[in-house]
Amino acid sequence: MGRRVLLIEDEPNIIEAIRFILSRDGWNVLTHADGNTAFQAIQNQTPDVIILDAMLPNRSGFDILQDIRSEAATQDIPVMMLTARGQQKDRDMAERFGANRFMTKPFSNAEVLDVMRQLAPL
Amino acid sequence: MSKNALTGTRIRDQRQRLGVKQADLARRAGISASYLNLIEHNRRRIGGKLVLDISRALGVEPSVLTIGAETALLAALQDAAVERPRAAAEVERIEDFAGRYPGWAALVVAQSARIAELERSVEGLTDRLTHDPFLSTALYEVLSTVTAIRSSAAILADTDDIDPEWQARFLRNIRDDAHRLGEGAEALVRHLDQSGDARAAPGTPQEELEKVLEATNYHLPDLERALPVSPQSLAASRDELTSPVARQSAEVHFTRYARDAAALPLSEFTGALTRHGFDPGRVAGDFGVSMAAVLRRWASLPIERGAARPGLVVCDGSGAITFRKPTEGFALPRFGAVCPLWPLFQALTRPTVPVRQVVELGDRAPERFLTYAVCEPSHPMGFDGPQVFEATMLILPEDVTGFPDIAVQPIGTGCRICPRQTCAARREPSLLTEAL
Repeated sequence: MGRRVLLIEDEPNIIEAIRFILSRDGWNVLTHADGNTAFQAIQNQTPDVIILDAMLPNRSGFDILQDIRSEAATQDIPVMMLTARGQQKDRDMAERFGANRFMTKPFSNAEVLDVMRQLAPL
Repeated sequence: MSKNALTGTRIRDQRQRLGVKQADLARRAGISASYLNLIEHNRRRIGGKLVLDISRALGVEPSVLTIGAETALLAALQDAAVERPRAAAEVERIEDFAGRYPGWAALVVAQSARIAELERSVEGLTDRLTHDPFLSTALYEVLSTVTAIRSSAAILADTDDIDPEWQARFLRNIRDDAHRLGEGAEALVRHLDQSGDARAAPGTPQEELEKVLEATNYHLPDLERALPVSPQSLAASRDELTSPVARQSAEVHFTRYARDAAALPLSEFTGALTRHGFDPGRVAGDFGVSMAAVLRRWASLPIERGAARPGLVVCDGSGAITFRKPTEGFALPRFGAVCPLWPLFQALTRPTVPVRQVVELGDRAPERFLTYAVCEPSHPMGFDGPQVFEATMLILPEDVTGFPDIAVQPIGTGCRICPRQTCAARREPSLLTEAL
């Protein structure tokens, strides 16, 4: 079985595109779309990498990131944050809460692949 | 600014209007033609007896030569120079400049006025862009949709061996996203169009109510009558109130208005204001009502056309603005946090203690206002229920009552659009740069 990535994102066509490119690169892509239950999904599925959208329904990605870093079972999982707001304060917040990488929408498929390979090398 | 400013220009204009030759006028006034030429080109100051002699020679009143539109031009030029101190305009030569190049001077004044107008627009739009929840959400949606289109398109372009089923799926996604993007962009354009015009159709329930009140200048004769209409009927009769929330907000406001109007009848109230030297505390005592009721009532008085109108702002215990009646020169932002130095918030920290303060807004051409603020508790859930606080601030332009001799407090609109870099209460940097 390939490396497991949990994509936490609520935009279905972005999910479909990322699932396609990562699957072709050998990743096992799991998805989740709701902020409220996202941390529970992370605990249940223990992925190798998490792609986490900052603006999710019901709960912010930044709050979920804090939960990830405060729980022993999940605190070491690499996290790539996605956001549509490229403001410095969002970058600062992502860094402060422990994101490994930060990517601003719209991003390219090649960028996503590069970052994912860096976060979980074979 | 001396009143004989640009007298030379006026002499020349009057002489040419009357068809008098320069040499003839000089002779009649008892001076040389070359000296009159210097005067007419504002190269020599003129006053006293010589003005009388020239006006007599021209057959006009001396005041015609010494007071006029040029005074306004010079004042405007001086204002423009003060607004842009870095330009180091030669202020001492304003008269000379305006006299020799009146067209260029008018252009400077016009451009200065245009810059001031654009600065106000920038402030308003910056405020909106910074705090508008619709814009934030809409831009997020647009960027997310663009991301989906970009990723799907790249997959189609870069994947040579893509399965036909996947190919069809991504093409369908691109088509759907393109449609959604178009709708999102149209909504954004509509929203920005409306944002650019303060009189445009309102968006939120609070804005709908404000539009109704603005149309009547915040005075509601229907609720002032001996037998007033019911607040519910009044709210139902206003087509501008399109949403149930807006109608409900209007009913709450109209109910309070009717109560204030009944407790403080118009003619008795205005009489008491004058009798008590515009002291809201004494007026409240006279009628046995709260000071907040007096401040609200004052802000709802009818005003004569062209007169300065009082402003009013109300916030709840969290500091959120729940009501705003703007007054010219005192911006009341629709979105986001405002300046923490407003007396409104000082009153909020000291419930029931009245706060009177003269405040000054803006560092360029600052304007002053007299403010009365008070925070009052209520117990809408009964004796054992939570205490609810509401602060009210009346904003009076200078020409309403004049200013008392008390210290002036500099304030702003909100940190992001406030130029006071050294403010002790600043919570975030200003977006206004030197360029603006």
